Amino acid sequence: MSMVDFLFYVFATLSVGGGLLMVLSRHPVPAALFMIVSLVGVAALFVLLEAFFLAILQVLVYAGAVMVLFLFIIMLLDVGPQGGKAARIKLFSLVSGILLVGMLVVVLVELSQAPDTSVVDPSTSWPELAEEATANEYNLTFSPSSKSFGFGLLAKYMLPLQVSGFLLLAAMVGVIILSKKFSNTDPEEG
Amino acid sequence: METVTPQHFLILASLLFAVGFLGVVIRRNILLVLMSLELMLNGINVALVAFSRSGANMDGSLFVFFIMTVAAAEVSLGLALLVAFYKKRKSIFSEGMSLLGN
Repeated sequence: MSMVDFLFYVFATLSVGGGLLMVLSRHPVPAALFMIVSLVGVAALFVLLEAFFLAILQVLVYAGAVMVLFLFIIMLLDVGPQGGKAARIKLFSLVSGILLVGMLVVVLVELSQAPDTSVVDPSTSWPELAEEATANEYNLTFSPSSKSFGFGLLAKYMLPLQVSGFLLLAAMVGVIILSKKFSNTDPEEG
Repeated sequence: METVTPQHFLILASLLFAVGFLGVVIRRNILLVLMSLELMLNGINVALVAFSRSGANMDGSLFVFFIMTVAAAEVSLGLALLVAFYKKRKSIFSEGMSLLGN
């Protein structure tokens, strides 16, 4: 077993195990910490796939910004002692959830073993990466450098990049409006 | 990489997706539901990067970038909605969200 295989199994266990502990933990704070473990495991898997820029982005955006936001909201909304009783999982929802997830896993495993009609055979080994990425505007070859990432974003995906920037702006405006206190517009509002 | 094939990564991605789906179905705390949604999106990201690497094509990795953007926007809006919901109902559990059903 080579080093890369060993690291794959370590980080796969870390990400799936962290996710499972997150789903099953009773209190939100340990859940958020297990989620961080899972996200860092996924970032390490990105490193194994030689997507270094995405790994850095994963740690910065998910494990940094998003989970800090989650922890901040958890501390803001201190649900108090009634949180413990309501946080318990109902037996019915547990059974139905496990049934649904079992069906999902069966479908996905069946799909992954279906006869292969695609160009790329997933059970073969990885292609060798070219030393210098030979990319033009419509054919982007994979390369670990963040330079080719930026080229792809700004050449082929210029319009989606701007749309996603506009999406972030719209989300920011929405969050500000949602958390703003409007005085005497709605008597029910606190 | 010798014996870890793209198929291993795809099975791992489907496991991550399934675990996130389990969380969405069984949890009643909306914070945990949002976190499980993030886990599902992470499973998708792993599959996309594995396909991108095995096909030697950059497009999948670029899609991961856009998925991360949308996930960040989704989380910020979801948490703002959760805070607004908590202000009205003093609860963060999904059984309180039944106003349309009554």
